[in-house]
Amino acid sequence: MTKINNNSLSYDVAIHRIGRIWMSVALIVILAVPLAISIHFKVWPAAGPLLGGLLPIMMIYVPIGIIEVITFSPMLGSGATYLAFTTGNLTNLKVPCALNALEIADIEPGSSQGEIISTIAVATSSLVTNLVLIIGVLLFVQLTPLLASPLLKPAFENILPALFGALGYLYISKNWKLAVVPVTLMIIIFILVPTAPVGILIPVSALSAIAAARLMYKKNLI
Amino acid sequence: MYDYRNSAFMFLLGAIVALFVTVQSLVFLRTAWSEGKRQGLDAKKMRRAVISSAVFTLVPSLSILLTMLTLSGALGLALPWIRLSVIGAVTYELPAAEAAAQAAGASLAGAGVPLDVFSLIAWVMTLGIMSGPIFIIAYFKKLQGRVNKIKVEDNRWGTLLISAMFVGLISSFLGSALAGGLVSILTLLSSALIMVICIQLEQKAGIKLFKDFALPLSMVGAMALAILYAGLLGG
Repeated sequence: MTKINNNSLSYDVAIHRIGRIWMSVALIVILAVPLAISIHFKVWPAAGPLLGGLLPIMMIYVPIGIIEVITFSPMLGSGATYLAFTTGNLTNLKVPCALNALEIADIEPGSSQGEIISTIAVATSSLVTNLVLIIGVLLFVQLTPLLASPLLKPAFENILPALFGALGYLYISKNWKLAVVPVTLMIIIFILVPTAPVGILIPVSALSAIAAARLMYKKNLI
Repeated sequence: MYDYRNSAFMFLLGAIVALFVTVQSLVFLRTAWSEGKRQGLDAKKMRRAVISSAVFTLVPSLSILLTMLTLSGALGLALPWIRLSVIGAVTYELPAAEAAAQAAGASLAGAGVPLDVFSLIAWVMTLGIMSGPIFIIAYFKKLQGRVNKIKVEDNRWGTLLISAMFVGLISSFLGSALAGGLVSILTLLSSALIMVICIQLEQKAGIKLFKDFALPLSMVGAMALAILYAGLLGG
């Protein structure tokens, strides 16, 4: 038993080390892109427009970036977190993908086996998205009229309800008591402010769910 | 006229980034697979995770592809490809590019942005998304340590805490969809209903495929119905 725990511990240490190294390299790689553009084309952005473009974006996306780490990482586990935050598209792809894989494997999220399954799911998902984007680049002319057709517009506009309806049923049917407070709160907020950004409301919803869960747990209601 | 946006240089950058993401994903896949084998996790379960994740990813990837095509009008193909391959998101790239274009007094609506605006957009899109990864490098290990501590001290609460986070995430999207108009509500309900049918088919008829592919089936079915609802309701 001690050996297994030691091995799990060494995996945990190793995945954090590998994750940090890859994430640091990823930051260098993405920074190298605008740098290479500026050097190659000999065009550097002026400070004024750069700050003017960055400030409104950072005011929204710096808190969202930090909140996403705090909210998603306990669900995803270490390996999947490092990889998902490097390859991006978390809420619309990587997190639901990991949830789905855990559900199919019948494994608890946050467990040591859950860590393995969610990492495998996120890695596979990243590879497939990468391949789809490469195909999209190669077949740009053929694909554009198809994907951008007015007929398919309502389908792509409703991709999130189509994803979260099924996921919602799966998780809420199993944890309906946990869902009462956050679902009610979110419906009220979205009725009052229909344009409210979901990214900012995810932590609000998660915190309300945690508070309700804690209260019910203390009172032995769940 | 030389199209810098779709130049060989830009596609070379795209290919390097795509190669980086591929290698990283393969390294993590291999590491997790080896650890799974070491823990005695059934190889069939891991293979099912690969296949179901690959199939599930196809539809959301098409939506990412659509964002790439949308941005390609003003920015060419290579830059949106790069940005959506690494630390990018459908919900982020378009507003970031628009904010940068506006700051330079330009617009994404035209056929193509000038080179100086293109360079500015590349910098803004890149620098604006770096907070999450920097936070992870600096604090994630500590954060994970805290979550593990909670689980060691009270395993049941630790499990409930993670379930509550899941439910919180899903609830925010349910609320958004329910307040998003009739087509959105009907799509949401259709997706849930198809999921119920898939689960019933799996449980009653014992067809495992319906469990493995319930989510992509529900998504594609509901998206197809969204076309029908929009046609009927004019939404």
